[in-house]
Amino acid sequence: MISKNSFLGRFFQEFARNRTATLAALVVLVIAVLAIFAPLVAPQDPYDLANLVLRDARRPPGYVGTTGMLHVLGTDSQGRDLLSAILYGLRISLQMGLLAGTIAFSVGAVVGTSAAYLGGRFEAIIMRVIDLQLSFPAILLAFVIAAMLGQGAWQLIMALVFAQYAYFARTAHGAASAERHKDYVEAALSTPLSARRVVLRHILPNSLPPLIVVATVQVASAIALEATLSFLGVGLPPTEPSLGMLIANGFQYLLSGRYWISIYPGVALIILIVSINLVGDQVRDQLNPRLKR
Amino acid sequence: MLGFIIQRLWQAGIVILAMSVLVFCGVFAVGNPIDVLISPDATQDIRAQVIAQYGLDQPLWRQYFTFFGRMLHGDFGQSFVYNMPVTQLILSRLPATLELVLFAVVGASLIGIPLGMYAGYRHESPAAKIIMGLSILGFSVPSFWIGLVLIMTFAVQLGWLPAGGRGETASLFGIQWSFLTGDGLKHMLLPAINLALFKFAMMIRLARAGTREIMLTDTIKFARAAGLSEGTVLVRHVLRLIAIPLVTIFGLELGSTLAFAVVTETIFSWPGLGKLIIDSITSLDRPVMVAYLMLVALLFVLINFFVDLTYALLDPRLRRARA
Amino acid sequence: MTAPLLEVSGLKTQFPTASGVAKAVDGVSFRLERGEVLGLVGESGSGKSVTGFSLIGLVDEPGRIVEGSVRYEGRDLVGLPTSDLRRIRGKEIAMVFQDPMMTLNPLLSIATQMRLAIAAHERVSKAAARARSVAVLARVGIPAPESRLDAYPHQFSGGMRQRVAIAIALLHRPKIIIADEPTTALDVSIQAQILTEMKMLVDEIGMAMIWISHDLATVSSIADRIAVMYAGRIVESGPVGAVLRDPRHPYTQGLLDSLPSRTRPGEELRQIPGTTPSLLNLPQGCAFAPRCPRADDLCKAVPVESVAMDRTYRCHHPETQRSAA
Repeated sequence: MISKNSFLGRFFQEFARNRTATLAALVVLVIAVLAIFAPLVAPQDPYDLANLVLRDARRPPGYVGTTGMLHVLGTDSQGRDLLSAILYGLRISLQMGLLAGTIAFSVGAVVGTSAAYLGGRFEAIIMRVIDLQLSFPAILLAFVIAAMLGQGAWQLIMALVFAQYAYFARTAHGAASAERHKDYVEAALSTPLSARRVVLRHILPNSLPPLIVVATVQVASAIALEATLSFLGVGLPPTEPSLGMLIANGFQYLLSGRYWISIYPGVALIILIVSINLVGDQVRDQLNPRLKR
Repeated sequence: MLGFIIQRLWQAGIVILAMSVLVFCGVFAVGNPIDVLISPDATQDIRAQVIAQYGLDQPLWRQYFTFFGRMLHGDFGQSFVYNMPVTQLILSRLPATLELVLFAVVGASLIGIPLGMYAGYRHESPAAKIIMGLSILGFSVPSFWIGLVLIMTFAVQLGWLPAGGRGETASLFGIQWSFLTGDGLKHMLLPAINLALFKFAMMIRLARAGTREIMLTDTIKFARAAGLSEGTVLVRHVLRLIAIPLVTIFGLELGSTLAFAVVTETIFSWPGLGKLIIDSITSLDRPVMVAYLMLVALLFVLINFFVDLTYALLDPRLRRARA
Repeated sequence: MTAPLLEVSGLKTQFPTASGVAKAVDGVSFRLERGEVLGLVGESGSGKSVTGFSLIGLVDEPGRIVEGSVRYEGRDLVGLPTSDLRRIRGKEIAMVFQDPMMTLNPLLSIATQMRLAIAAHERVSKAAARARSVAVLARVGIPAPESRLDAYPHQFSGGMRQRVAIAIALLHRPKIIIADEPTTALDVSIQAQILTEMKMLVDEIGMAMIWISHDLATVSSIADRIAVMYAGRIVESGPVGAVLRDPRHPYTQGLLDSLPSRTRPGEELRQIPGTTPSLLNLPQGCAFAPRCPRADDLCKAVPVESVAMDRTYRCHHPETQRSAA
C-alpha cells in the first residue's frame, strides 16, 4: 500500500486532480492491457495464414466474412481482420517504444552522468559530440542508421536508441553536473566513501526526475519514429507488421477510397501517442519545481 | 565580429571534416553495391571491370581520400543508378525541396507566431485554449499520417487539390519552380501544410511561453505606463524580445524540415531530395547517399552560423561583446 | 474651491490567491494638489507600490481594484476602458520604476523607445521626435544627448539609465509623475543627485509627484506631504514637517526611531518588534496592534480616521507629543 504521505502517494493524488491526464493515463493502461493480451482479445490471429481468405480482402468496416466472422473495422489487402491487426500492431509498437526508450534512458544516463562525474577532456569531447548529434533531427539519424543496418527489430531498436540517447545524456549531464558541484557531493567525495557510492546514492537520484520527464516524451516519440520508419520501409520486416506498416500497406488503397486500411491503424497510433504525451505533460508539470507556486 | 566569424568558420570546417569521415564509413557499411550494379549472371570479367571502374577494389582509406579530394571540387562521383554526376542529380532535385521547405517554415512562422503570442497574451481565454489544443495535436500526431488524412480529405473525398506531383512549373534563373504557376501552387499546398504542421505547433508553443514570460516584466509595465497601445507593446516590445529564441528555432527547424521532407515527399510523390534519398537507400546508391548526407551537414552548419549572426543583429549587447 | 488634481478615496485592490484573497490596498484615501509632492512611505509589502499602479490601472493579474475611486481632475479613472486609460498614461500621469535595468527594453535604442513613447500620444515626424527626445534628455542631465540617443540601454550606467527612464516619463509634460522607488537600485551618491534633480524638475515644470519609498529619510527631503502606509492602509498623513516632528501613529513613531540618523553614536538602533502581518490574514482590528506597545482591547476594532487640521491618523491611542529621542 502507498501511504498518503509518501512522495508517491502525494504524486498520485496531485496527478488525479488533473482529469484529462487521469483519463489519458487510463487510456494508456487500457491500450497496454489490450496489447499484452492481444492473442486472447483479438478476434483473429492475423499472422496465421490459414485464417486468411483472399476473397475477404479490402472489405469495409462491418463486413461479415465468408467464415461468418464480423470484421468490425473491415479487412486489409490480404483479408486480415483489421481490428486484430491493429491490436497486434499496438503490441509491436509499444514493445519497440518501451525497449528503445529504456535502452536509450540507460545509455544516456550512464554517458551523461559519467561525463559529468569524470569531467575534463572526456566530458568536453562527449558533450560536444552529443550537442552535435542533437543539432541533427532524430528522424534523419534514425532513418540513416536503420537504412544502414537493414530491416529487423533489433536493428530498428538500435537506430531508435542512437537517435534518442543524446536527449537523455544531455539531461543527465545537466542534472548531474549541477549536483556534482554542490558542496555536499564535494564533501562526500573527499571522504573514504567510494566514488561509486556517491554517484549511485547522490548524483543519480537527483538526476532522475528530469530524466523521467524526458522519458515520457521520448517513449511517445520513439513510437512515432518507429511508425514513420516502418512507413518508409526501413523499419520492421513485413513479418512483424507494426502500426506504421499497416498504414503504409493501406496507403496505396487510399486513393481508391478504401480509407479504413490506413486510417484506423493511424487513429490507434494517435490515441496512444496523444495519451502518453498528456500523461507526460502532467508528470513534467508535477516534477518541475519551477512551475509550482 | 570578424574574429567571431573566423572562429565559427573554423569550427564549421572541423564539423564538416568529421562528418565526411563518419558519413563515408557509415555508408560503406551498407550492403554491397556490386550486387545492385551487376546482374548475377554477368561474367567475372565484367564484374572486375565494373568494380575497378567505381574504385571499389581500393582499400577504404584510399577510397576516402579520393572521395574527399573530389568532394572539395564539388564532385561526388557518378550515381550508380541514374548514371549521371551526383552533384548534377542533387542540384536538379534541390529546388523542389527548397521551395517546399521554405513555404512550410515561413508559413508556419507567419501564422504560428501571432497565434502563439495571442495565446500567451490572453492565456485564460477559450481561444487560447483551443490554440494550445491544436498545438498539442500538431506535436503528437505523426506527420505521415496527417499527410494521409490530407490526401483522403482534400484529394480523394473533396477532389479540391491534387494528391501528388509538382504540377506545372515555370522557369526562373534557369531553374524550374512550382510556386510560379497556379497549378504548381495547388500541388504544393497539401505537402506544404503537411510539412508545416509540426513547426506550426512548435512556433505556437514557443511564442506563447515567451509572451507569457515577457508580459510580466517591468519593461512591458513601463511601456504601458508610458501609454503605449497594447498593439505597439506586442509588436515593438514583446515580439522583439521573444525573437531570439524564435530565430534559433526557425533556423534549426529549417534544417530539420529538410529532413522531414523525406516523409512528406514520399507521401505526395514530390520529386525532391527526400524522395531521392529514399530511393537511393533502397537501391544502395552510395554516392548519392554520401552526397545527400554531406549536403545536409553543410546546410546545418551554415544555418547554425547564420543563426549566430542573427543573434548579434538582434541583440545589441552581443554586438559589442563580440566586436 | 476647485477639485484637487487627484483625489483617491476608499481604494481597495485585491489579489485572489490559492490560499485566500490578499488585500494589498485596503481602503486608501488621499488627495494630491497641483505641483505638490506626496511621499508615500511604507515597508515592502505595505501596498504602496500597488497603490501607485492602481492609480493608472496597471495592477498585475490577477489583482484588481474592487472598490473606491481615483478622481483625476474630477474624472473617475477606476473602471475606465483601457483605451481611455491609455490616453492618460504617460500623457497626464507618468510613472518611473524602481530598477532601470529592468524597465528599458535592452534590444531597442533609446531613440526608438522615446519615439514610441511620443507616438503613443502624438503624431509627429521622426525628426521632430528626435529633437524633442534630445531636449528632454538634456534636461534630465544626460551629457551629449545628441550622440547618446542612438545608444542602447546597456551602454549607460545605472544612474544614466534611470535618467533616461525619467526623460521618457517627462516627454509629454505630465501633470503627475508617480515615482516608485526610483533611487533604491542606485548607488548612494547617484541617489542624492537624482533626488535633487527630480525635485528641481518638478518645480520647474510644475508637476505634482507621488514619491513612493520605504526610506523615510529620502521622502522627508523631497516631499511636501507624507502618507505612511501599513498593511494596505494609510495610517497617518500630513505635512512632512509636522508628521516627522510630531508623529501621532505609533508605527510612524517606530519608523522614525529606527532611522540611523536619529540614533546617537554608540546607541543601539531601535527597531519595531515583530513582523508585518500577512495580507492574506490581517488581524480583525488595527493591523499594527500586535506590534504596538500601546495596543489594548479597543484596538480589536478598526480605528477610524481622525482628522485634525490638515493631518489624519488612524489610531485609538495616538501619541500626543514627540517622545524624547
